[in-house]
Amino acid sequence: MHAFDLVVPASLEEAVAQLAEEEAQPLAGGQTLIPTLKARLAAPSKLVSLRGIAALRGLAQQGGELVIGAMTTHATVAREARAPFPALAALAGNIGDPMVRNRGTIGGSLANNDPSACYPAAVLATGATVVTSARELAADEFFQGMFTTALEEGEIIRQVRFPIPVGAHYEKFWQPASRFALTGVFVARFDAAVGVAVTGASENGVFRWHAAEAALAEAFAPAAIAALDPPDEPMIADLHGSAEYRAHLAQVLTARAVAAIGA
Amino acid sequence: MTTVSLTVNGRAVSAEVEGRTLLVDLLRDRLGLTGTHVGCDTSQCGACTVHVDGMAVKSCTMFVAEIDGATVTTIEGIAGPDGALSPLQQAFREQHGLQCGYCTPGMIMALTALLQETPKPTEAEIRHHLEGNICRCTGYVNIVRAALAASGQLAPDTGAAH
Ligand code: FES
Ligand code: FES
Repeated sequence: MHAFDLVVPASLEEAVAQLAEEEAQPLAGGQTLIPTLKARLAAPSKLVSLRGIAALRGLAQQGGELVIGAMTTHATVAREARAPFPALAALAGNIGDPMVRNRGTIGGSLANNDPSACYPAAVLATGATVVTSARELAADEFFQGMFTTALEEGEIIRQVRFPIPVGAHYEKFWQPASRFALTGVFVARFDAAVGVAVTGASENGVFRWHAAEAALAEAFAPAAIAALDPPDEPMIADLHGSAEYRAHLAQVLTARAVAAIGA
Repeated sequence: MTTVSLTVNGRAVSAEVEGRTLLVDLLRDRLGLTGTHVGCDTSQCGACTVHVDGMAVKSCTMFVAEIDGATVTTIEGIAGPDGALSPLQQAFREQHGLQCGYCTPGMIMALTALLQETPKPTEAEIRHHLEGNICRCTGYVNIVRAALAASGQLAPDTGAAH
């Protein structure tokens, strides 16, 4: 690793001020950033740890929403979202491994927007709101392609506000070595609409499968998915799976998620 | 450089560290606690697993400067003060849960955390819990048996499956 300064501010304002410096970078749970630094793929002059900011941690239910602080770990979400939003708790409980879940955070995962990460699918399918140090961003505007988000330099995610669906399920097809999703589908059913988001599959990163959403709003059943063409997206092709394979997975996993939610 | 104070295996420790100083480097290189192993450079193997404030973490994937005031337990802090092995360590020995032993400290630390939270885990729960711990000798069967034995779910005299 190259050398850098590490600071641990106690407030969001202080963190934002520290990040205004040239070459400063925020550090959340570090489960992606630290391996990246070790490989010398990043060389910040300063890391601003967000661990000292108590206001960024914890879950709360507010009206029909589950509000999760950006620095809440996957382990905490897996434990504490079980009652209000079990599908999200299950998703968090299957990220990485136990040690990663004790450190990795929802805000870090979203800011990184790895094309195979699990959380982006839940955020996009539920139409969650990403609240930052500067503004509120709808999920549809937040994700802007592989490893790309609407976040500006020095902008920090504060919390994510999830509308709680009537029924939801995340179906993940594991990439067994990385524990990331080879492809994963989050289906969120609301009274008047259905959200379907696919991760791990597209060259454009996480995406909403609009045709599936429309079909499921008509008839919420696996058969409605089987009748569709696979999603029309530029799918990733690599040694783990061809583009056709991922498109097929997206369809199969969507139908499975729908079946798991039930009629 | 910043000064951090930690409690490591019950002992108060304070050290000057750089921003980039990893917890595992402090433990091994400065405190001489070489029971915590480094098996990879990519945060995948879990050989470096220790407990920080009671939670299992990869000590190769956290900076010391971030955990000022924390309580750290390493493999050296698992046996009793008289050197008596913990029930899990004893079970590893009896069930032949280690071959070269390289992954073993990480396995013990990960499984100790599991047993604290779930005193009688199912085999599926044990395997799910070990997803971040790689045994390159591939001795998983006996590692799982050791966890079952330590949680009283395997008769102690069934003998090890060699
Ligand atoms: S040395 Fe820490 S995960 Fe491999
Ligand atoms: S016993 Fe050799 S790596 Fe596990």
